[in-house]
Amino acid sequence: MTLATGQRVRVLEGPSVGHVRTPAYVKGKQGTIAGVWGSYGNPETLAFGGDGQPARPLYYVGFRQTDLWPDYAGPATDTVYLDLYEHWLEEA
Amino acid sequence: MSDGHGHDHGHDHDHGHDHDHDEPVEGALPAAALRTRAIESLLVEKGVLTAEAVARGVDWLVSRTPTNGARIVARAWVDPAYKQRLLADAKVAAGELGIDAAQSVTVVALENTAAVHHLVVCTLCSCYPRALLGPPPAWYKSNAYRSRAVVEPRAVMAEFGTELPAEVEVRVVDSTADIRYIVVPRRPAGTDGWSEEQLAAIVTRDSLVGVVQPVAGEPVAV
Amino acid sequence: MPLIHDRGGLPDDRPIDRAEHELEDWELTADALMQALTGGGVMTVDELRRGVESMERWRYEHASYYDRWITSIEKVLVEKGVLNGAEIDRRVAELGA
Repeated sequence: MTLATGQRVRVLEGPSVGHVRTPAYVKGKQGTIAGVWGSYGNPETLAFGGDGQPARPLYYVGFRQTDLWPDYAGPATDTVYLDLYEHWLEEA
Repeated sequence: MSDGHGHDHGHDHDHGHDHDHDEPVEGALPAAALRTRAIESLLVEKGVLTAEAVARGVDWLVSRTPTNGARIVARAWVDPAYKQRLLADAKVAAGELGIDAAQSVTVVALENTAAVHHLVVCTLCSCYPRALLGPPPAWYKSNAYRSRAVVEPRAVMAEFGTELPAEVEVRVVDSTADIRYIVVPRRPAGTDGWSEEQLAAIVTRDSLVGVVQPVAGEPVAV
Repeated sequence: MPLIHDRGGLPDDRPIDRAEHELEDWELTADALMQALTGGGVMTVDELRRGVESMERWRYEHASYYDRWITSIEKVLVEKGVLNGAEIDRRVAELGA
């Protein structure tokens, strides 16, 4: 799977066990790929003495605030962007 | 648990108070200082590290200041071609000014415009472009900032005195991986004809994170 | 139950404490130790983070930033067998005497 800029994605709801860099507040939420950073060592194994291989594609993913927080107080156009690894994303 | 010994602050009293209002004073724990010294001396004694390597780390850290970031922004304000190179690869652009950002894997510059205002946070820990800006401010590492910035960024910015119109998209950027972000704030009105040095002097540390915007004020003598 | 470090959006009504904190010598040392340990391939930044994340909640909430770091550095180094807890305790006692 390689995701492209502009594609809609959903963040997986996997449990945060071990060392995970996907924050709880985006799990299960839908966003849009805004950029592709290339591949980076996998923190989930690097955190336990592993070598981080195979490296994982990393994406810049944008979310509408109102999709993350139902009672978001600001304008509907406000957003949150994060860096998420491919194995936490599925096509939406 | 390795953290179960050597610390004598009130376990029983504190237990379970997840949102206590007494955020610790940075550096207030002599126990942690002592353990740091003990671990340092043992690592050097065993040859795991050299004292020189530790000293180099301290030198590196104190050599990094927001002044570096301010120089980069000021150059981007006066030189559109440089700004394009900065937005394309911030490490290379920093290198042009003699600033070595090698310790960061990837650095990305986020340009604030009339339409989009970036605010950087690390909700999971305290990721920060240390190679360019030095150690993060204490507020950036605080539990309150990390909790609130992604859910009420406008309220957080208001505490710093920053109010943005509703038509500006506030874009919070949560540094969750190996990318380090530096904000390129908007050049304030009233700075026409200023030198690069004068411009750099109004680019504050907090404006490079996006909680404030530079203001012209009086031109700074150089 | 969210993990202790995963703070985005947690209810928090505290104003941001904007007081400046100049790093103390031991804090600079703790930072430099981590730089040297990663530079020397002894431990990774992700191991540092994982160690911080495994702190007991009450400790995490109340520990200062570099207290979290040195707590994690100690945990990971002991885990790897680079140091052992007893010798660290002895050295702490000597230095604190």
